[in-house]
Amino acid sequence: MVKYRSATLDRVFHALAHPARRVMLRRLAEGERNLSELAAPLRMSFPAASKHVRVLERARLVRRRVVGRTHLCRIEARPLAEASSWLEEYRRIWEQNYQRLDALLEELQAQEKPTASRAPKGKPS
Amino acid sequence: MKNTLKVTAAGDREIVITRAFNAPRRLVFDAHTKPELVQRWLLGPPGWTMPVCEIDLRVGGSYRYVWRNENGTEMGMGGVFHEIVRPERLVATERFDESWYPGEALDTTVFVEERGKTTVTVTVLYESPEARDGVLKSPMAEGMAVGYDRLEELLASQVGG
Repeated sequence: MVKYRSATLDRVFHALAHPARRVMLRRLAEGERNLSELAAPLRMSFPAASKHVRVLERARLVRRRVVGRTHLCRIEARPLAEASSWLEEYRRIWEQNYQRLDALLEELQAQEKPTASRAPKGKPS
Repeated sequence: MKNTLKVTAAGDREIVITRAFNAPRRLVFDAHTKPELVQRWLLGPPGWTMPVCEIDLRVGGSYRYVWRNENGTEMGMGGVFHEIVRPERLVATERFDESWYPGEALDTTVFVEERGKTTVTVTVLYESPEARDGVLKSPMAEGMAVGYDRLEELLASQVGG
C-alpha cells in the first residue's frame, strides 16, 4: 500500500507544489479551458503556461487536446483522488492518537471534579 | 458534537493538523507536555507502546520519544524546544532516528480555548517540499504502516461503542 503507484504520486505532488499550477487546476475544475484562458489570469506567456500544463499532463492531472490552433485542457480527477488517499492515511493515524487523547482528557477532568462526573449520554439523533 | 480532525497540506512545505477537544486548554497542554500523559496517547497504530518519553520542557531543552511494537521493533524521535508559552503555544524541532524524510521539521502547536473547548493546531514545517511530500506518501514511517487491518477493526469498534 505504501509503495503503491509511488512514481505517479511523485509526479502529482511535484505538479501540485507550484502555485501557478494549483491556480490552473482550480480554473480547470470549473470546466475545459484553452491555454490562453489559463495563461491570462496568471499574466503568463503562452509558452510558460504550456510548460506548466506539460507538468500537469505528466502527472496525469490534465489532459490536453489540440483543436486547430487551440489547446483545450481538461482536468483528470483520479490522480488527485489517489493523492488525497495518502493524506487520508496520515489523517487516520492522527485520529487514532486523538481518540486516545479524548479518553485521557475525559479521565483527567473526572479526576479533578469526581462528584460532577457523569456517564456521557447517548448520541442525540 | 463530534470533533473532526482536519489534516491539510499547506503551501509546499507544511502539513497542518487541527482538532478540537472537550477540555480546558491547560489540561490539553499538560497532555502534550507531561511524559506520563503523552505516553498514554501518542502511540500511532495498535500494537505500539512508548517505553521512552523524556521531556525537558524549557527553551533549549530537548525531548525524546521511543516507540516499540510487539515484534520489538523500535522507532525513536526527538528534538529541541524553541518556544514555550504555557498553555498556549509550543515550538519544537522534530527528527526521527531513521528518518524517511530529509532534514528535520519544525512543529508549532497552538492551543486555543473557547467555551470550554480547546482547539489544537499543529503545523509541521519541513525543510523542503520533497520532504513534506515524502511524509504524505509514507505516513509515520514504513514500520508503522503495518497493522492497518487491525487499525480498521479498532476504529470500527470505537465508532460502534
